[in-house]
Amino acid sequence: MSLRIHFSVNGTHKELLVESGETLLEMLRGRLGLTGVKRGCSVGECGACTVLVDGLNVDSCIYLAAWADGREIRTLEGLADGDDLNPVQQAFVDHGAVQCGFCTPGLVMTATAMAEKGIKLTRDEVRRELSGHLCRCTGYQNIMTAVEAVLED
Amino acid sequence: MLDICEYYEAESLNDAKRKLASSPSANIIAGGTDLIIRIRDGAMANASLIGIGRIEELKEISLCKNGDIHIGSMVTFRELEQNCTIKERVPYLGEAGGTMGGPQIRNVATIGGNLCNGAVSADAVAMLCCLNAVLVLESVNSTRSMLIQDFYLGPGQVDLMADEILTGITIREQDYLGYQGRYIKASQRKAMDIATLGCAVSVNCQEGTIRDLRIACTVAAPTPVRCSSAEKLAVGLKATSDNIMKIRDAALGDVTPRDSWRGSKAYRKQLVMINIQRALESLVLTDGGE
Ligand SMILES: Cc1cc2nc3c(=O)[nH]c(=O)nc-3n(C[C@H](O)[C@H](O)[C@H](O)COP(=O)(O)OP(=O)(O)OC[C@H]3O[C@@H](n4cnc5c(N)ncnc54)[C@H](O)[C@@H]3O)c2cc1C
Ligand code: FES
Ligand code: FES
Repeated sequence: MSLRIHFSVNGTHKELLVESGETLLEMLRGRLGLTGVKRGCSVGECGACTVLVDGLNVDSCIYLAAWADGREIRTLEGLADGDDLNPVQQAFVDHGAVQCGFCTPGLVMTATAMAEKGIKLTRDEVRRELSGHLCRCTGYQNIMTAVEAVLED
Repeated sequence: MLDICEYYEAESLNDAKRKLASSPSANIIAGGTDLIIRIRDGAMANASLIGIGRIEELKEISLCKNGDIHIGSMVTFRELEQNCTIKERVPYLGEAGGTMGGPQIRNVATIGGNLCNGAVSADAVAMLCCLNAVLVLESVNSTRSMLIQDFYLGPGQVDLMADEILTGITIREQDYLGYQGRYIKASQRKAMDIATLGCAVSVNCQEGTIRDLRIACTVAAPTPVRCSSAEKLAVGLKATSDNIMKIRDAALGDVTPRDSWRGSKAYRKQLVMINIQRALESLVLTDGGE
């Protein structure tokens, strides 16, 4: 069964026919070529597929594409302004928070949502907000440093 | 692609009830964080789903004139944790919900889904049992209410008819006014892990005397249990360390945990005792005890 949906992705309005069984991850990667959305576990455990839906970070692998109707979706591709990285991306580069990079887009989206709220968080709170992401490379330390640096600015 | 052959977005509660009544094989989908995993596992071929995520009246948390708190079934765990009424009146319920999943899950997962899914480890359940929460179930033809304890029939089994929707949860003022509460979740990781044992305590303690105590444990029996012998023993006791030990020991008679790969029966019994003790100590011995 197909469903017609209207939504915005990274500021651009879209109208698409999606399948009832299609996930937001499949729609963004498959139909729109937004491959910054990574498929890790497909079951909500790893956070690699994290995008923002109306400003909230969600796992797009367990979110139906149909639910995007009327909503504002943001992915990694919408963050930089030309060659100018957004503050979170820049901090990840500056603090060496990226190794293989597979977990990075998801973490950057969650950290962007945190930074845009403009609330100061304790170290434990930062940890808690990032707890829906797995990284197999960095040991998390540099990611924590990068995110804390952005939140302090 | 998930094996979903039909998806219907309900426009209103009545629309959802009508659609559910006329499609016997359809399932309600709320945040999908349990259901989509099940579909992904192949446990539900050709799923036909009715979405209730756009029904505004199910997303409200309201404080009624008589002091009762009503929580719509589509309230997410993030909303529960951040809501002013919850923070002011039953902060420990928001905190209990805050132990589930991770931020991305809490942004989507609903309290109604947590209850209807029937998992023995569901993190909202133990505290709602202490609060004697009343569930409201509606279908085209009927509306019924029941205490949360009566909703659970067995592991994964709840008293929900095929045509019924859980519309909300009521917490009566008499069940929270004057009480403090604490939920302690024992799990192998602090985030993104389900409970090995869940323990919720709420207590009405005045001038150092326990007037009323409620203890509920999950993953401690096939369904959530209230530790009624420990609760009875506690009434009228002074809130001392010695009495807390008596109460926690009595609670052992109220639980029947089993062995699983997450923890043995013996370990779970130990968790029941130690977490009741810790919760009580933090609630009633705040001034350093006797
Ligand atoms: C990575 C991950 C981690 C998780 N961690 C935890 C955890 O730590 N603790 C925990 O308790 N849970 C956890 N869960 C499980 C799940 O997130 C929760 O149980 C959640 O509350 C389910 O809510 P939902 O809105 O997503 O339900 P859905 O998946 O939409 O629905 C669940 C079931 O309830 C039924 N249903 C839902 N709403 C209604 C309604 N209003 N009326 C009638 N039937 C209804 C559906 O038909 C379905 O059978 C986790 C899940 C994932 C994917
Ligand atoms: S791919 Fe979505 S959480 Fe892992
Ligand atoms: S950098 Fe490789 S998984 Fe995080």
